[in-house]
Parts: sequence; structure tokens; C-alpha cells
Amino acid sequence: MTMIQIRDVNKRYDDGFHALKNINLEFRQGEMTVLIGPSGCGKSTTMRLVNRLVSPTSGTVEIGGRDIRSIDPVELRRSIGYVIQSVGLFPHMTIGRNVAVVPRLKRWDADKTARRVDELLDMVGLKPDLYRDRYPSELSGGQQQRVGVVRALAADPDIILMDEPFSALDPLSREQLQEDVARLQQELHKTIVFVTHDMDEALKIADRIVLMKDGEVVQSDTPDRMLRRPANDFVRTFIGQKRLEAGGAADVAEREAGPDLGGFVMADGPTVNDVMVTQPAVTYPGRGLAEAITTMERRKVDSLYVVDRQRKLLGSVSIYNVMDSYGDEDKTVADVMMPVRYSVQSGTPLTQAVELLASHRLHNVAVIDEDSRFIGLITRGSVVRHLAEKLPHGDNGEEPGSSTGLGPQGGNREEHS
Amino acid sequence: MSAGLSFFEFLGERLPDLLLALREHLTLSLIAVLIGSAISLPLGVLLVYSRIGWLNSAVFFLANLLQTIPSLALLAILIPLMGIGARPAVLALLLYSIMPVLRNTYEGFRSVDPHVLEAARGLGYSAAQRLLRVQLPLAVPYIMSGIRLTTVYVISWATLATLVGAGGLGQLIVSGMGVNQPYLIVAGALGAIALALAADLLLGWLESALGRRFGLRGGAAA
Repeated sequence: MTMIQIRDVNKRYDDGFHALKNINLEFRQGEMTVLIGPSGCGKSTTMRLVNRLVSPTSGTVEIGGRDIRSIDPVELRRSIGYVIQSVGLFPHMTIGRNVAVVPRLKRWDADKTARRVDELLDMVGLKPDLYRDRYPSELSGGQQQRVGVVRALAADPDIILMDEPFSALDPLSREQLQEDVARLQQELHKTIVFVTHDMDEALKIADRIVLMKDGEVVQSDTPDRMLRRPANDFVRTFIGQKRLEAGGAADVAEREAGPDLGGFVMADGPTVNDVMVTQPAVTYPGRGLAEAITTMERRKVDSLYVVDRQRKLLGSVSIYNVMDSYGDEDKTVADVMMPVRYSVQSGTPLTQAVELLASHRLHNVAVIDEDSRFIGLITRGSVVRHLAEKLPHGDNGEEPGSSTGLGPQGGNREEHS
Repeated sequence: MSAGLSFFEFLGERLPDLLLALREHLTLSLIAVLIGSAISLPLGVLLVYSRIGWLNSAVFFLANLLQTIPSLALLAILIPLMGIGARPAVLALLLYSIMPVLRNTYEGFRSVDPHVLEAARGLGYSAAQRLLRVQLPLAVPYIMSGIRLTTVYVISWATLATLVGAGGLGQLIVSGMGVNQPYLIVAGALGAIALALAADLLLGWLESALGRRFGLRGGAAA
């Protein structure tokens, strides 16, 4: 059922900037719709139409079939949850008061509000007795945004708007919050409009993805169909963009220049070299643990492969290994790294690597050359993207590797099991 | 004047005069600060919301200008307009008190994180609720430090009020000069100093109490 309907909406600012061009979208009840696109594409503006923070120059927005211009904006906003990137907790109110903001605006009685606050804090793993009376400045960024999320849920709204809620967080908190939100959504089935510029995040949480560019909707589809049938080159580039950021630029350029990369590569069987990320995040055995964390943060991964100066693969460290021993300043990566159990040789057919991923429930597999030098990484995300690129129309028969049960989730996180 | 008296004996003898002067002084200063704040606080809020660019510059220019007029001259100008007594004295003092409170109110409101305001708007605070429940409490430390500063200055300047016949501790000083009685001068000066220190202490305490009330961990005030 359609919850929110945006019809023929245009937004033109006084300075002549045409921010939204003829937007037609529907957000279905109980679904998480992710608006994604490069900055300035109008994704936030589109979201803000829904709670009247932006009013359209022309066109209409309806919620449950009712034109929202007929609803008082303040009342409308109290009935819609709202989470913003910078969290925006009120610094002069305790955590409990922050969560209680909308119930208090709606004049709930004090007991009901207090019970609701405790219930919500519990929901995101913040012990009410410990956190209720603290102030936002006493919480970490991840904890603050968790409060930001439950504040939006407080008065049990049907619709929740989330404007890049996790993009300012460190990778670990971001991952946890994505999981929190996915889990809450499983229970609560809210109609969520979620804005992000991170394709991995979108693939992970979305029921439906709306890709925007220059104030227009380029494609609106399920994550799966968007990967199988990107509407045009822009979509393809955008899906692949993260991969480029992950350091595979040279890799992609090579493959795109290669002669044998028509639509039939699948038949010839691609090798791991075609798909791997060529500059995965690494660290060295002598590095300190804080340095390892900084590298993880910079590369947005939660684990690193450890190599020596000749790039020979020595082991791997995950954020958990590092955090366990973080207090000990004398420890280095060499002290906490784990041996690498699975790796594939350069030139191995992709199917073998995919089987390895699936049968051992790995998040990724290292690719090494004859001298056991670490040359690349197969991640679930890289496989999915490869498929997306090679099957632009999704009609080349059965999707290879589909039997392995690899979904779009997994992104290019370089986790080790 | 009995020259043989010690300073404390002198104080004892003139205590009623001293207390009267102290009370006059305090009343003048308090009224000036209260009326001054009552004008500059709303004015500061208004300027934050004003979309007329030149209005802000004009108001701040005027307030700055008032601050630069020598107090003696201001009082002299006010005598032909308002006669003598407490009224011109209060007016002059409140004119001086406007600038610090106005400036701090303005800065305090402007200092509120725009993201916090965006969140408040998105969550369904009306414009008035945003002002009273979000911006005002967050601006309180700034406003309080403006009032504190102003009060201390006004108490010091109020010693001149005696020139327009408004009494106060300045009266003791001027009389002391007239009859060459240093004790009188010292008593007036010490009284003004003590009053200023006491006001500073009291308002400082109020400032931190309000800060605790609004959950601000110090450092937020300008």
C-alpha cells in the first residue's frame, strides 16, 4: 500500500536553482526506501518534502491519500519521526528528556512518557538507569545517534525520515547502527525514508532504492533489480563508485580496457583477478594497535590483512582482536594477528573463490601470487558488483553463483570470519 | 568634624548616612539594570530574527555610540531635558547597560547549533517553543554573563549620579571632597567596591546555578 505519494513535484529556489525536477515517487507502507545520489542531487530535499521542511513550487505530496498542505506543519512533524546526520540532540536536556521531546509536545502523561523512554533506551542497548539522566555531551557519537534514532521513534510514528544518519560515525558504530535499524525495522515495520550517499549502506538496509541525480529520479527499484538492471551508465558508475574508492581504480580501468570483456565473459569464466579489489587495506606486523585502528577508520573496514615489506601475507587482524588488547600500548599488530586460513592463487576461476566464500561463510578471500604475495581481495561486494556490471540487462540466463546464496548485503566490508 | 576619631569610630557615627547612600546607590543601579535588560533582551532576540540587514548594524552602531559618550557629558545633557534627581541618573545608567546585554543576548542566540534548531523544527517544535525551550535556555549563560558585566559597571558608574542630585555613594565622595574629610571619600569608594563585588559574586553564583539547571557544563559562556 502506498503511504506517501509525491506527484509532479518541482522545487525552484528564488535564485533560480531548479532543485527538484518533476519528481514522482511513492513510498510504500512498512518499507525502507533509500534515497541515494551524489551530493546536491536533491535527495535530502525530496525527503524534506514529506514533513514540510521544504514546500514544493508545484506538485503535491500526499500521506495516506491526504494532501499534506491541509495538515498543520507543526502537527505533521510531530507525527513523523526525524533523524539528522549531525544528531541534533538538545545539549541542555538529559538523554531522557531528549527522547521524551515529542511525547511531551504531544502532552502524553508523565508516567506513560517515562515508561516509553526506558523502553526505547533498552531497545538500542542503553541501560535506562545508567543513561537516562546523563547529558548528550557525556555520550560517544554512536551512542548519541542511537538516542537520535529512538527519539524519532518515541511517539510511535508511522513514518520516519532519516537524513544521512550514520555518515558522520566511525565504521564500527555505523555498522552497529545499521544493524540496529535493520533489526528495529524487522520488528516495527515503519515506513522509512532514508537518505544516504553510501551505496553499501543502501544495499544493506533498503527494501527499495531511489537513485537521484541533478534533481531527477534516475532509477527506482529494489536493490536486487538495481544491481541486475542498472537503468543507465550513471547507475552503473554509481554502484561501482564505492569500489573505485576502495582502491580498485586501476583494476577497473584495466578490465574495461580489456578486449575480452563483452557480455560473454561469464561463459569463459572470469578469474579472481577480474573481480578482486587490487589495493585492499593492509597493515604491517610492527604497527601499533592505535595505528591499525586509524587505518581501519580511514579505509572504512573492520579488519586488515597483515603483510611484510615484500607484501607476503602474514595474517589478519579484526577490530575485535585489536580492541581486546587495545589497553596494552606495547602490543603490535604481530601480537594480535590471526593466521589466514583461506586464500586463493592468482588465476583461480572466480567460481572456486565464490564456493570458498559460501562454504566457509567467509566475508572475503585473499588472492596471492606464486610468491605468496598479497595482490588482491575477493569480497562479497566485489562479486556482486562484477555480476552487476556483466549482466547489465539481467537476461543473460541464470545468474552465475546464485546458488551460493550471495545477496547484495556484504558490501565491500573486508571482514574475516 | 572631630579629627581625633578613628575610621571605624567614624563609620559608627555616620552609619545611618552610609546605609542611606548604599540603599540609594543600589536602587539606582538595580532599576537601571532591570529596565536596561528589559529593553535589550527582547531587542537582541528581535535582531536575531530580523531579516533586515541594515537594522542590525544600525542598532549595534547606536548602542556602541551610547557607550562612548562620556558619562559626565551624558548627565549634563540630561539635566536640561529631565531636570535633576533620580530619573535622569537612571536613564543615563540604563543607556550604558544596553550594549553588553544586547550584544550577549544576540551572540547567545546566534551561538545555538543550527543543527539543533533543525532537529527542533523537524521534531515539531513551533516557532515560539523553539525560542523559549531551545534557544533561550541555551543562550542563558551568555545573557547572564552580559547582565553580570553590566551590573558591575553600572554600580561603578552610579557614583556619578550624585552630580544630578540622585544621591548614592557618590554623594559621600563628593561631600568628602567638599569638606576635606578623607574618611568620607574612603567610605564612599569602599562601599561602591563592596557593592560591585557582592553583585558580581551573587550573579556569578546565579549564572552557574542556571547553568546547572540547564545542563550546561561551563565554558559555554562568552
